Amino acid sequence: MSSKQRKNLSRIIISAVLMIAIFFIPLEKNVEIFLYLAAYFIVGYDILIKAAKGIKNLRPLDENFLMTVATLGAIFLNFFGEENFSEAVAVMLFYQIGEFFQSYAIGKSRKNISDLMDIRPDFANIESAGKIERVDPDEVEIGTKIIVQPGEKIPIDGVVVEGNSTLNTAALTGESLPRNVKVGDEILSGCINLNGVLKIRTTKNFDESTASKILDLVENASSLKSRSENFITKFAKIYTPIVVFCAIFLAIIPPIFFAESFSVWIYRALIFLVISCPCALVISIPLTFFAALGGASRAGILIKGSNFLENLSKIKTVVMDKTGTLTKGIFEVDDIHAKNFDAENLIHLAAHVERFSTHPIGISIKNFYKNENDGCKIENVEEFFGLGVSAKINGETVHVGNEKFMEKIGAQWKSCEKLGTIIHVAINKKYVGHIVISDKLKPHSKQSVEKLFAIGVERIVMLTGDAKKIAEKISAELGIKEFYSELLPEKKVEHLEKILSEKNSGKVAFVGDGINDAPVLARADIGIAMGAMGSDAAIEAADVILMDDDPLKISQAIQIAKKTLSIVKENIYFSIGVKILCLILGAVGIANMWAAIFADVGVMVLAVLNAMRALIKV
Amino acid sequence: MKKNYKIEVDCANCANQMEDAAKKTAGVKNAVVNFMTLKMSVEFEDGVNEKEVMERVAENCKKVEDDCKIFY
Repeated sequence: MSSKQRKNLSRIIISAVLMIAIFFIPLEKNVEIFLYLAAYFIVGYDILIKAAKGIKNLRPLDENFLMTVATLGAIFLNFFGEENFSEAVAVMLFYQIGEFFQSYAIGKSRKNISDLMDIRPDFANIESAGKIERVDPDEVEIGTKIIVQPGEKIPIDGVVVEGNSTLNTAALTGESLPRNVKVGDEILSGCINLNGVLKIRTTKNFDESTASKILDLVENASSLKSRSENFITKFAKIYTPIVVFCAIFLAIIPPIFFAESFSVWIYRALIFLVISCPCALVISIPLTFFAALGGASRAGILIKGSNFLENLSKIKTVVMDKTGTLTKGIFEVDDIHAKNFDAENLIHLAAHVERFSTHPIGISIKNFYKNENDGCKIENVEEFFGLGVSAKINGETVHVGNEKFMEKIGAQWKSCEKLGTIIHVAINKKYVGHIVISDKLKPHSKQSVEKLFAIGVERIVMLTGDAKKIAEKISAELGIKEFYSELLPEKKVEHLEKILSEKNSGKVAFVGDGINDAPVLARADIGIAMGAMGSDAAIEAADVILMDDDPLKISQAIQIAKKTLSIVKENIYFSIGVKILCLILGAVGIANMWAAIFADVGVMVLAVLNAMRALIKV
Repeated sequence: MKKNYKIEVDCANCANQMEDAAKKTAGVKNAVVNFMTLKMSVEFEDGVNEKEVMERVAENCKKVEDDCKIFY
């Protein structure tokens, strides 16, 4: 609580205690009036001052001015026989309670949300003259060696040069499983170092590092206002003048033209003034979006603006890239088919041949056969571009490569019924079998497709540069009915545009891993980049960034958006509804000042509480 | 030319009014007030003195909401 809040709270308490005392202790009439006025001025003097300033600046529709007119008006009515001092003071008291609650709740949620995003590193440790020194991360230059102790945040992106450790990446990715890192691994700022001491050579400036970029993005996100926010801002601008005009109308017309009692109709007009403040709406809508953006980023989903939340909630069509989105984008050995030969030995020899290979296929074979360096004698490693690799192993020549390679050396290769990349192996130019290598589906891909359909997505389309056969197999496995294969990156844009132009597509999202598909990401209604950590182009082009590469996050993002928008709608309908209801009831004389207080302060409190639901995980 | 400033203001409606007031200030091309992060981002017209413009912005904002502060 700030000192200003504490001061306001004590004013509220003093005034409330006075009110209660007057209510229970029988007092002489004049003393009672004096105490009521005291309570009124204690709790409301700042409003009166602000109202005076509002008049000076020619702002008759200023909230403080209206509140002053409403309360002073109610006090004066007492002198015309209405006997309602308590109501007048209560209006001011509750108005201040509402203001206090609002400022407290906003402060609290601001803090909650920024705690969620507490990834800002405060310092970096550098080594100078054998001692460890703490410096501002802003001052660390690219290529500096920094030291990160257990329990500290990684301040700047870099590469590990010394030490092993486990990192908690939850603040970045929402993923609670810790990640192991060793020398040579790239690590991102914002992660927390859990156990070992790490020495890191920085590869970026602090400003360009992941943690700073994410914070920047999240902080700016709520400045891109959504349509609901713009609607409310416009509504607030006309709402107050209309209600005030109606109040003047009520106070004048019935008494003058229908000879009704002035005091009755002025009382009703004052009720209007109390309800004329649009606070509940104006505060609860941006608060909902802000809480949702904060909650989403906690789950590893960065949404670049409130307007994108709105679009996300309306998504009907999801277009997905295959490699890296639905599949891992990493090749893995799927099967080994040996022909009159031992399968174990076949992969063993192939791994030897690929010892020095940096090609993804070679790496996948080495990853599959872990203990490659087993003392076999390997000589004459020779790479044939576009064909394969050969080497002499323990004196025998081994060829590993594609069909063309086999044909070139004259080995009788056999085709395979399995889908994927087929790597053939020959020993002394005699065919011994092949290895099937394929890209694997991510563990959650199928589940995520089902989930998307379950939450109301009507159409899922897969785009891929891969062969038709492979696309067919993958989409059948996932239950995606529509796919386009063998597409070059620019063709993907064309296909997306075609889908965008179709009438019943609704809002179209494109999900990609950010490699090569930045133009497609930019073109879609909502571009979702996946596992985009560190890919600047993708972060730039996308509207929504999924920090890790779990496809289930796509449906989670849509669910967050839907929940947010439903809270926004509830708040809009509820607040406007209650206000209009109270206005009508007030005009016909059913609702009194207390109902007006509820329509003003009560509605605001409820709307703010409802807005905070957006923070809760879906 | 765009710059961000920290602000202090208590109510959301006042923040909107500050945004309006800032937008109407001479030398300001566009202004956005973010009540949740308490930031005002001002886009200046070409060739203006930012400090002078911000003084006018602060003055205009004071008129609509006496209780506000802009740190420029």
